[in-house]
Amino acid sequence: MPLVEVSGLRKYFPVRGGLLGGVVNQVRAVEDVSFTIKKGETLGLVGESGCGKTTVGRLLLRLLEPTAGSVRFAGHDLLKLEAEPLRRLRPRMQIIFQDPYSSLNPRRTVGDAIAEPIFVHGLARGPELDRKVSELLERVGLPASYRSRYPHEFSGGQRQRVCIARALALGPELVVCDEAVSALDISIQAQILNLLSDLQDELGLTYLFISHNLNVVRHIADRIAVMYLGKLVELSDAESVFLNPQHPYTRALLSANPVPDPDVPLTPVMLSGEIPSPLNPPAGCRFHTRCPSAFEPCSKLVPEERLTGAAATPHSVWCHLYDDAQKST
Amino acid sequence: MTSPLLSIRDLQVDFETDAGRVPAVRGVDLDVEAGQTVALVGESGSGKSVTALSVMRLMSGRVAGGHIDFRGKDLASLSESEMRRIRGGQIGMIFQEPMTSLNPVFKIGRQIEEVLALHQQLAPTAARAQALELLKRVGIPSPETRLDQYPHELSGGMKQRVMIAIAIACRPALLIADEPTTALDVTIQAQIMVLLRSLQQELGMAVLLITHDLGVVAHFAERVNVMYAGKIVEHGSVRDIFKRPAHPYTRALLGALPDPSARAQRLEAIPGRVPSPTQLPAGCAFCARCKHAFEPCAGKQPPLFEVATGHAAACWLHDATLRRS
Repeated sequence: MPLVEVSGLRKYFPVRGGLLGGVVNQVRAVEDVSFTIKKGETLGLVGESGCGKTTVGRLLLRLLEPTAGSVRFAGHDLLKLEAEPLRRLRPRMQIIFQDPYSSLNPRRTVGDAIAEPIFVHGLARGPELDRKVSELLERVGLPASYRSRYPHEFSGGQRQRVCIARALALGPELVVCDEAVSALDISIQAQILNLLSDLQDELGLTYLFISHNLNVVRHIADRIAVMYLGKLVELSDAESVFLNPQHPYTRALLSANPVPDPDVPLTPVMLSGEIPSPLNPPAGCRFHTRCPSAFEPCSKLVPEERLTGAAATPHSVWCHLYDDAQKST
Repeated sequence: MTSPLLSIRDLQVDFETDAGRVPAVRGVDLDVEAGQTVALVGESGSGKSVTALSVMRLMSGRVAGGHIDFRGKDLASLSESEMRRIRGGQIGMIFQEPMTSLNPVFKIGRQIEEVLALHQQLAPTAARAQALELLKRVGIPSPETRLDQYPHELSGGMKQRVMIAIAIACRPALLIADEPTTALDVTIQAQIMVLLRSLQQELGMAVLLITHDLGVVAHFAERVNVMYAGKIVEHGSVRDIFKRPAHPYTRALLGALPDPSARAQRLEAIPGRVPSPTQLPAGCAFCARCKHAFEPCAGKQPPLFEVATGHAAACWLHDATLRRS
């Protein structure tokens, strides 16, 4: 049984306006997203700004209430849980944010920041709590003596280590990493990626790794989901997505990604126009307005999930090019 | 041999802070030939942006020494009014944040026309026509409508195109691009870089590209300068830097990048962190993080040693006299 099972997830944000401040429109941020994450696996979630990847991460932890759909975590239907059982489940799922500067309270020591979740959930107090905080700091590669320091005394990479220690404080099974290395310099990014891998190996963690950095996701993820304008367009094994992309959007995205090697040619597929507004997403396939391969059904019908590739590595793609019956030839 | 378009020699820039004098740029030499794309790469705080802003004299730091020669003039000693003629005229600049570089209360058209009126004394109608041409040239759809729109009505990629239109309005000989695509998505980044390359070929302009993104450097630069802690530690052609890196820092930086052919292996992280500019060591600034450090490294700052024609690295490993002993 997968650790996380997301099905038909949808999130609309109301847009208020008009004289009475009523709901005049809806931002369709996430539409019909389904995927699973196995225990111990890393699922990479990629896409460009505004595609809904961060919203999916928040919905998964029920930091946002979905409009529709279901999220099952370790057998529990998260969206049906009352406040108290949900609170008891929270230690098992944590999140690390992009910006280690704004996710730590500047007026509290990092020791306090790490101790707080342990204290709130009543897992330890007194000397036992102190010992746990020291262990966590050392676990993420910081000296235990740093516990009495304030966030401004740390570099960006060290702050992200503190955030990781805080996320680990309650012994989670699932950690959502939302652009967790995107604000870091290359040399520090490598340190944090290695730390995340080590922690996964030792603690059996499961990651949802949200990032716009394709090279980083390829490195860390076992499987990759690609989003465009609130919907999944492709989902498969990481290498399968990179070496054999099926969806025209994935192909365009990968072709535009400059590999840091002058010998690997860069021939970006230029997408026409801009990403449409999620207030009024295109009918049919949301990518059809910019797709170089669009044909008749694309503007009318929402593409369903199609499986391509070998049975051993299922490769899902949401594109009419793979509807055999409707193929344009 | 003709002299380069831009030639920086021994540039030193300091910032005065409560904690005392902080050196941000510590003796940088940099040449940009006409029509060439030269990258200046480094991590946060390496001094790359300060170097670029010093050329434009757009920063609060103090130029404590050195020369910045542009077409035979020392920019550091020009008067403010002479500098204003060069800035936006012969040297254009684009920044990382297209969101904050445009004035939110003026229409796009007016912001382009302003440059043309100032530098080329164009009359309003001529400036308008020219602004329209520029928007077309940078690939903005329905340019007539865009002229009368405000920056907030445009996407990030479109704003960066407007910034480019303003920067190239006076056909500059040099364009300084400071992290031009860092805030943009990868598909938009590719569009902007391809646009910059085609404009560069059309106008014969040189580009000084400041970036931390080695992927962008690999595909768009001809020459590369690697900065670390306020100094250039290596410079060479793009192939020298990526295929034959000579400085341990350059090698470590390339090694720290995720390698698609070795997925899921540990990355070669560089231990430690960049030294604080207030506590720089006497010798090589990379010494404490370098796995090849030996006796001379801690004591003396290495000069740039030429390792091949047009390729030099500031590392004692390349001092032939030291290695023999």
